[in-house]
Amino acid sequence: MSDSQSLYDQLGGEAAVNAAVDIFYRKVLADHRINRFFDNSDMEKQAAKQKAFLTMAFGGPNNYSGTDMRTAHAHLVKMGLNDSHFNAVMEHLGATLTELNVPAELIGKAAAIAESTRKDVLGK
Amino acid sequence: MRSITIGESIFSCQPDETVLETLLRENVQVPNGCRQGLCQACLMRSLDNSPPVSAQVGLKDTLQMQNYFLACICHPEQDMTVALPNQQGASIEAGVIKKQLLTPDIVQLVLEYQSPFNFFAGQFVNLKRSDGLTRSYSIANIPQHENILEFHIRRLPNGQFSSWVYDELELGEQLTLSEAQGSCHYLPGRAEQPLMLVGTGSGLAPLYGIIADALAQNHSGPIHLYHGSRDLNGLYFVDQMRELAAEVDNFYYTPCLSGQDIESDHVRSRAHDIALSSTESLNGWRVFLCGHPEMVNQTKKMAFMKGASMGDIYADAFHVMQVEK
Repeated sequence: MSDSQSLYDQLGGEAAVNAAVDIFYRKVLADHRINRFFDNSDMEKQAAKQKAFLTMAFGGPNNYSGTDMRTAHAHLVKMGLNDSHFNAVMEHLGATLTELNVPAELIGKAAAIAESTRKDVLGK
Repeated sequence: MRSITIGESIFSCQPDETVLETLLRENVQVPNGCRQGLCQACLMRSLDNSPPVSAQVGLKDTLQMQNYFLACICHPEQDMTVALPNQQGASIEAGVIKKQLLTPDIVQLVLEYQSPFNFFAGQFVNLKRSDGLTRSYSIANIPQHENILEFHIRRLPNGQFSSWVYDELELGEQLTLSEAQGSCHYLPGRAEQPLMLVGTGSGLAPLYGIIADALAQNHSGPIHLYHGSRDLNGLYFVDQMRELAAEVDNFYYTPCLSGQDIESDHVRSRAHDIALSSTESLNGWRVFLCGHPEMVNQTKKMAFMKGASMGDIYADAFHVMQVEK
């Protein structure tokens, strides 16, 4: 595979994120293990956050630092957010990309990026 | 160098600076988050020119139409006058030309304005009484030559404003109106898309306007209206809607009553339950939800889970006392 094209471009850039966000967010909301962390009366804002997450996982442009991740998820950690929930989200990320026929190799790369945020998200 | 006007202040946007960077550098408080056009925390509105299209990426189509943009990815192409979403623009005066009871609980109020006023049916305005008491109400009509605005106002128990409208407001009296706000309205394009509209009580007001707008713009897909109320006092325009359904091939109307022990031939259930169970999937539908906040938020989620795209769901939850100034 050529190194000149970024993961984000290989996945299809913003259009791919747009295709993925509704599918991903539906999976998250339907999952009783984790939907309490995503239950927000402002679904649009919540969807925008999912989009930011997917953009990051896709290797797209983002300015989130580890500290941002910690701050943003601190209230969820207080609610009991732990590894099992993080794993569930990882599951949905993989399933979403599979549903969109993304090659396994690229899914692996996206999953690795998402995985790299685990410690910060869980406040460890 | 471009200038950015916000409120009474004018700032220079340095080359390569975004609107957000300029405003933050000048110590203007602007909410912000990701700074890459994703989280939409820095949503602002251009009051004069259209913002660059690239600064509107990902915004709801109705917000794009109203010149909303994301400050963090906006490199001005010309001078801009901007406002935060909660900043009020100019207000206008309008006089009462009609007041009529639709049910014992709901009154139709028609105002006439003189100065130019832009709006989409389904948006809301803040109506202000001379002493400053203010409430938000949805616009039930489409822009016409007559310069009128129609509202359906439900009398709330102990509702200061609604009781005053009922008992005291007289023909000819003047009210002050904010500019039209809100993103729950119809946009042309995708005319063949099926529409589902669910409203409770005076939530019919914006939907009534949205339907008129869709029909005026030759919407060709099926338009399904579900209007619900607990009792008959919240259900109105039943005859008009039935006549419209008889006249217009692609318009369907289902009045619903959810309360017990009511003698009527209306469907006996909650409007959103009937609406959601009427179709297997909402994939490809455009959905409009207005009225009771709990109904709106619940149905929004269920419509999304049933396949409607988030961008195709337009909602206006009627919170009691939305605005108190």
